[in-house]
Amino acid sequence: MGILEVNGVNKRFGGLQALGDVNLDVQEGTCHAIIGPNGAGKSTLLNCLVGKLAPDTGSVIFQGNPVLGRKPHEINQMGISRVFQTPEIFSDQTVLENVLIPCFARRDGSFRMHAYESVNDEGDILTQAEEMLEEVNMLSKKDMMASSLSRGDKRRLEMAMSLVQQPQLLLLDEPTAGMARADTNNTIALLKEIKEKRNITMVIIEHDMHVVFSLADRITVLAQGTPLVEDIPENIKGHPKVREAYLGEAQV
Amino acid sequence: MLGLNNADRKLFLIVVCLVAFAPFILNPFPDNVGMAQFNAGYPDLMQKLVIFGIFAIGYNILFGLTGYLSFGHAAFLGVGSYAGVWMMKLLTMNVVPALIVSVVVAGLFSLLIGYVSLRRTGIYFSILTLAFAQMCYSLAYSVLTPLTGGETGLTLSLNDPRVIGVTEVDGNIPVPHFFGLDMQSAVDLDVAGWSFTFSTGYYFAGVIMLVAFYMSVRLFRSPFGLMLRAIKSNQNRMSYTGLNARPYTLAAFVISGMYAGLAGGLMVAMDPLAGAERMLWTASGEVVLMTILGGAGTLIGPVLGAGVIAYLESIISTINDSILHSWFQALPDSLENFLVTILHPFVGHGWHLTLGLVFMGIVIFLPGGIVEGGRRIGNLFSRKKADDTETAPEPGE
Repeated sequence: MGILEVNGVNKRFGGLQALGDVNLDVQEGTCHAIIGPNGAGKSTLLNCLVGKLAPDTGSVIFQGNPVLGRKPHEINQMGISRVFQTPEIFSDQTVLENVLIPCFARRDGSFRMHAYESVNDEGDILTQAEEMLEEVNMLSKKDMMASSLSRGDKRRLEMAMSLVQQPQLLLLDEPTAGMARADTNNTIALLKEIKEKRNITMVIIEHDMHVVFSLADRITVLAQGTPLVEDIPENIKGHPKVREAYLGEAQV
Repeated sequence: MLGLNNADRKLFLIVVCLVAFAPFILNPFPDNVGMAQFNAGYPDLMQKLVIFGIFAIGYNILFGLTGYLSFGHAAFLGVGSYAGVWMMKLLTMNVVPALIVSVVVAGLFSLLIGYVSLRRTGIYFSILTLAFAQMCYSLAYSVLTPLTGGETGLTLSLNDPRVIGVTEVDGNIPVPHFFGLDMQSAVDLDVAGWSFTFSTGYYFAGVIMLVAFYMSVRLFRSPFGLMLRAIKSNQNRMSYTGLNARPYTLAAFVISGMYAGLAGGLMVAMDPLAGAERMLWTASGEVVLMTILGGAGTLIGPVLGAGVIAYLESIISTINDSILHSWFQALPDSLENFLVTILHPFVGHGWHLTLGLVFMGIVIFLPGGIVEGGRRIGNLFSRKKADDTETAPEPGE
């Protein structure tokens, strides 16, 4: 039994079967990659996991608790955190404030009328946030406005915002999209470190095979909304079905 | 001190000084010169300045922090006023119960309206609040006449019970007071042609505004304020960070509604009558203008915006053609008449035109309001100073 179980999830958009009977079993402490050509339903699946979309049928169980039917903030409070394809950050606020917000969310829950103390008096939270920024090498930029960061830094900031909540499950939607090679390698290193140090389970959607094969413990290949195969990376590389559906396109 | 950081403490002390010395600051011209037209140091106007200051400070907590543009906040001001007058009719002329009940009733109203309106965001939210406010206005104007006095407004009368106060004093309706301190009393000080008025009501309202301002500073700096700004910044990220935006926006809405109720109650404490026109949509629009003019989301902005608008309204609307003529007396007749004709539409009843131009100028050239203007001027000076120190000759040269 895994930390995350997806059983028979179906989702239709009008006449289009976006997800057809998807089953997934993610083991605790592993990195599970979902790959597939464009339009295979990868993002739809992720949206179903975080409460943005409601699947038509099927169930999603996280640590023995059903996920479906809960709101995004409730799912996050269960310990599932998500990193978006284009970084979603609080652009009008400073880098430090961006990390403080998830710190408070983790400590105080989804709502607390916390209007008496000043943010500057919250020593523990400030230390926690600064340590996290240090870890992603962004402490020197803590007073910058988040909107003025480079794309790579925004990505790192978003990662820091997710990690500071110490989630049990991290969902990554193309974490290296639009990054230069060097940045991609930094991100891979960062994710590897996170996995080893914090033992966070990850589900990663990725186009870049370099990233997938350096991180994933298991890979599921989606095509037209249905899982083709699920196996360890070594077996996926040479799998004929996968070549046909996905890798073939890239290797011609 | 006071749990504020250095910059905020400085700002707070500046506001304290402004409020304390307003009777001097707003009366820069001696009584007998023509410019005395621009003096604003009389009690009615000063009270209006601080009361609208409170209204705008509260509105800024909602609009400035969360970005939710409410077009119905005048309803809470009106509800607060009615509640205040009723307390003066039923209980006592002491303003304390009136103010408390104003805040509470306005809070309950905003809880109800906010609960429904906050189901939508953006323009739909604005329209919902506008609709609610107009409903409140119509109810107050006609349907609920026994409760609100309808067209004539709600006034005190000699037959009011005032169970813990007195019904009448020497055959007159008693005046509002704060434990015996008469709200309408004032002390005049004449110094070499200047005359300064120190009104009890003004200082009472001023102290309450300072408390309200202090509370808003604390709120801005608190984790709660941080969350409210997060809502404005990215509500999507907020929910994927495990935060429920709804209770936060509702709390901000109710707090700002209570500020509006306090302002309404204070209006009644200064002058015990309440009319439905206080709830009209133009009154709601005015507080939006004040907040944007001063600088939405800044601490001091709304206070400045409220001050500027209340000042323009009172001063420019009293200027008429004969005053204009007296200004340009020295010029040749044809030029004098020409200038008066040009300026005529902008004064008196045309003060809205002036306000409109000021507002357009600020929104186009200073999107951050008066506060941004001040900051730019400040930057100019500090850069100059930095340049000076750079080019200053080394000692010993």
